[in-house]
Amino acid sequence: MKDVKVIVLRTAGTNCDKETVFAFELAGAKADLVHINEISRGEKKLDRYQILAIPGGFSYGDDISAGRVLAVEMMNKISAQVDKFVADGKLVIGICNGFQVLVKTGLLPGFNAGEAGSGAAKQSVTLFDNDSGKFDCRWVHLNPVEGNVCVFTQGIETPIYLPIAHGEGKLIFDNEKTRDKLRAAKQGVFKYSDAAGKPGPYPINPNGSEDDLAGICNATGRVFGLMPHPERHVLSTQHPRWTRGEASERGDGFAIFRNAVAFASMEL
Amino acid sequence: MAKKTVKKKTEMNIKIETVGIIGAADDELIEISRSRLLSLNLLEMRKIAAHYKKKGRNPTDAELECLAQTWSEHCKHKVFNGIIDYSENGKKELIDNLFKLTIRKATETIRKKRGAKDWCVSVFEDNAGVVEFDDDWHFAFKVETHNHPSALDPYGGANTGIGGVIRDPLGTGLGATPIFNNNIFCFAPPDLPHDKVPKGILHPKRIFKGVVAGVRDYGNRMGIPTINGSLHFDMRYLGNPLVYCGTGGLIPVGKMEKQARKGDLIVAVGGKTGRDGIHGATFSSLELDHESETTSSGAVQIGNPIVEKKAMDVILQARKLDLYDCITDCGAGGFSSAVGEMGKDTGAELQLEKAPLKYGGLAPWEILLSEAQERMVLSVPPKNLAKFMKLCERENVEAVVIGKFTDTKRFVVKYEGRMVADLDMSFLHAGVPRYPRPAVWNTPKHSVPKVPAPANLTARLEKVLSIYNVASKEWVARQYDHEVQGASVLKPFVGADNDGPSDAAVIAPVLGSPRAIVVSNGIAIRYGDIDPYWMAASAIDEAVRNAVAVGADIDRIAILDNFCWGNPDKPDRLGDLVRASRACFDVAVTYGTPFISGKDSFYNEFAVEGDTIAIPSTLLISAAGIITDARKVVSMDFKSAGNLVYALGVTYDELGGSQYYQTLGHIGNDVPKLNAREAKKMYKALGAAIKKGLVRACHDASDGGLAVALAECAFAGALGARIDARLLPRDKNVKTDESLLFSESNSRFIVEVEAGKEDEFAARFKGLPCAKIGEVTDKKRLVVVGLKGKPVVDADIRKLKAAWQSTLAW
Repeated sequence: MKDVKVIVLRTAGTNCDKETVFAFELAGAKADLVHINEISRGEKKLDRYQILAIPGGFSYGDDISAGRVLAVEMMNKISAQVDKFVADGKLVIGICNGFQVLVKTGLLPGFNAGEAGSGAAKQSVTLFDNDSGKFDCRWVHLNPVEGNVCVFTQGIETPIYLPIAHGEGKLIFDNEKTRDKLRAAKQGVFKYSDAAGKPGPYPINPNGSEDDLAGICNATGRVFGLMPHPERHVLSTQHPRWTRGEASERGDGFAIFRNAVAFASMEL
Repeated sequence: MAKKTVKKKTEMNIKIETVGIIGAADDELIEISRSRLLSLNLLEMRKIAAHYKKKGRNPTDAELECLAQTWSEHCKHKVFNGIIDYSENGKKELIDNLFKLTIRKATETIRKKRGAKDWCVSVFEDNAGVVEFDDDWHFAFKVETHNHPSALDPYGGANTGIGGVIRDPLGTGLGATPIFNNNIFCFAPPDLPHDKVPKGILHPKRIFKGVVAGVRDYGNRMGIPTINGSLHFDMRYLGNPLVYCGTGGLIPVGKMEKQARKGDLIVAVGGKTGRDGIHGATFSSLELDHESETTSSGAVQIGNPIVEKKAMDVILQARKLDLYDCITDCGAGGFSSAVGEMGKDTGAELQLEKAPLKYGGLAPWEILLSEAQERMVLSVPPKNLAKFMKLCERENVEAVVIGKFTDTKRFVVKYEGRMVADLDMSFLHAGVPRYPRPAVWNTPKHSVPKVPAPANLTARLEKVLSIYNVASKEWVARQYDHEVQGASVLKPFVGADNDGPSDAAVIAPVLGSPRAIVVSNGIAIRYGDIDPYWMAASAIDEAVRNAVAVGADIDRIAILDNFCWGNPDKPDRLGDLVRASRACFDVAVTYGTPFISGKDSFYNEFAVEGDTIAIPSTLLISAAGIITDARKVVSMDFKSAGNLVYALGVTYDELGGSQYYQTLGHIGNDVPKLNAREAKKMYKALGAAIKKGLVRACHDASDGGLAVALAECAFAGALGARIDARLLPRDKNVKTDESLLFSESNSRFIVEVEAGKEDEFAARFKGLPCAKIGEVTDKKRLVVVGLKGKPVVDADIRKLKAAWQSTLAW
């Protein structure tokens, strides 16, 4: 297998970076933690990597709205590199705050991804304040959407179990057309559900997301964002009920990193 | 990110005042202290006046402020280290340095006894206590309080409370990486009618919500998991809520040594200096009243977690690169305290005009004393400066050289060349006078219920489960990110539906390594109304047994003390402190659990209508245990029907101070006592049994007694249990079911043992109080047979859980 290099992007207010690095390394990749200023100053280059991860946290304090300032920085300071990265078909994952960044850059849902000139676009989806009105840290079941095009989740066919920790995670479309388009293109990846895969109200859908969506990808399936934290469930002892014998050796989130690294190793 | 520093208009603003204290009369000295919010008493003012008389000049405003801050109770712990003229039930004695004779002595005794096996690294010296973790890392832990600010501004006070304590491990040794936060709050009941809230006090529900939001917004933004905590309610916290915030961190082995050297540059990193948080240190030595909001709001700091996160990120990188010799946080007293302490053995010269300001118009003394947040002070050798500055610049972190360390043993402060302060380090740090304070403690007598309890205690159990002190705090805990950093092993809530109350949190902070830290706490407020000695003993026992319940090894538990007290100038408050401290010594030494750090907060009283509302004397014990294998820990929820239920520990007739009595409006007199020697034997046996895999679930019995513990084990596991209370190990004086089920005797556990392993389990407790009391069932009912052979509790576990959950389901 070819060595896979992952860049975990960091800025003021990023956290979850070290566990994201750990998850990728557990999956066999080599992961570098890089400050966005290092890229904008040319000290580090995106094209040295096959996978870009934007981890969770509160980039710039989530001032204005969650992920907004970092999204603006990505579209202005390093947009050429990001656009090329996506156009080259490399993998991008945004987790929690990283997902918020990806929808605010318009890279998600990225309906035209893969076509010439696509890249950062007008925002059509957002992640808004939870219906509960508060930050919520709890575990949720995620039912994979059948036939979805996401390369990170191939082979995941039954609900997986991950924690969320956010205050702004309610996915909203700008209009019905966007929603229908996303459905038709199979870009919905995970839906909040119960353990059996059935949708339901709070706390099953913890934030009131439309279509119960917890994660979506772009048209090529290579840019993926989700609110829950797969990097927080790669070890058995991270499972909230491992003391009840309910955990397996690798946590449910590990498959996402393993898939990404395997795909990058073969295709990129 | 705006990086512009506000330009100072020097001529207009620079005002260095001289304060005329030489020859001032006593009443003038008192007036100077009062009007400047110095919180210095007459004795201290006289000492300062005499010092300056000898020098032949009056002090500047900055010098006086600097002395007041350094000598404040907050920084100097004058009460604990002072002389106490103590009377206990009429017996008199003189105590010279209570802290040294109890808390510090306990640690010294334990360390000496352990000899070569001592695992303490640094205690009572640095900003946090430090113990060994593994071959590569030490573990640092500190718990602070931010009570006075949180009373005036719950959100801001709690926000900066957590922000401040995070900087403690960060400023310990050459810097510890924060790995968890904990927090414990004490409030008045949140349903208090509005007309019962005196003028100048915020409603307790507003304080509650504001404090939780403040801790949430700072802790979550820092990316540090909040893994453990508790909440307690008592009317006497109405004027002074208690906000305890703690942070643990990991520091590389070999990075403990810190010493600022002559010629090192003083570099301020992080936030800018503003007028927020002036007089925080001295303000905490005042009782509050309805005018405090007007006179002292400026003492509350304004937090910005992202500024702190950025500063932390670069400091941890600079730590790796060995770019500085010494580091400390700017906490109480601001630059004055941080630089004053770092330069204690050398000397320091500050150029205040270099300090970046939030806005212009600050007098030099204000810059010196401001407790504006998110500031760290580093001592950087000149050869490393360029590299350090580049690191900061790349991550948009403001760092400015504001002076240098000298070898003059003087603390010299200048503003554009003009003298602002010139203090002898020795007078500053060792000049504070000591004098005896009277203290008294007499055994009180409280009422007990006269009406006998009903034969069926189910309704009473539901009532106890629903009171604020016992009810589920999940509403609070889920607002904190307790998973970030990925180290979580045992979460605050566990069980079949992730909603049972965990006794302790466990994290394995080095991802991939099974070595872990167990974090728990103990607090026993109402016992102090009967006897602060047993309150303190019980708090230590609770913290330790919570840790042991999940699998901690009692030989590797360190504890922290946080005393929150009323006004120590009042003899009864100080008497409580003497009793409590003595228990700290006795129990810690017997358990072998050293105090590694601590803090005290006095003057938690609110003046109203000629009297004060004083908080009950409150001691929080935080415990941290190091374990070798996280995969061996157990949770408190029952696991499978057919398993056996054991009780460990003796139940005594000890309803005094119990939650049960509280529901009946009484305090009682039979306070839970502690036999630490016997308890330790059991803790060792239990620890070994857990390590051997003989325990499926373990839960400590505390608030609400065995009845509450059994109910919690059952509903957390979504299983029932059938228990025969007649089989419980009990003292002969226990004659009623209410005493058996609701007494809060210390050192007791409920344990679930797999069917077939009972002999192996029981064999480990030979000669210790251990009894099989029933079994886990799949009936979803908790049935407890009482002393007369009939069920005294028979309840659907879903109903019990609802009673426990509904109170704080906001």
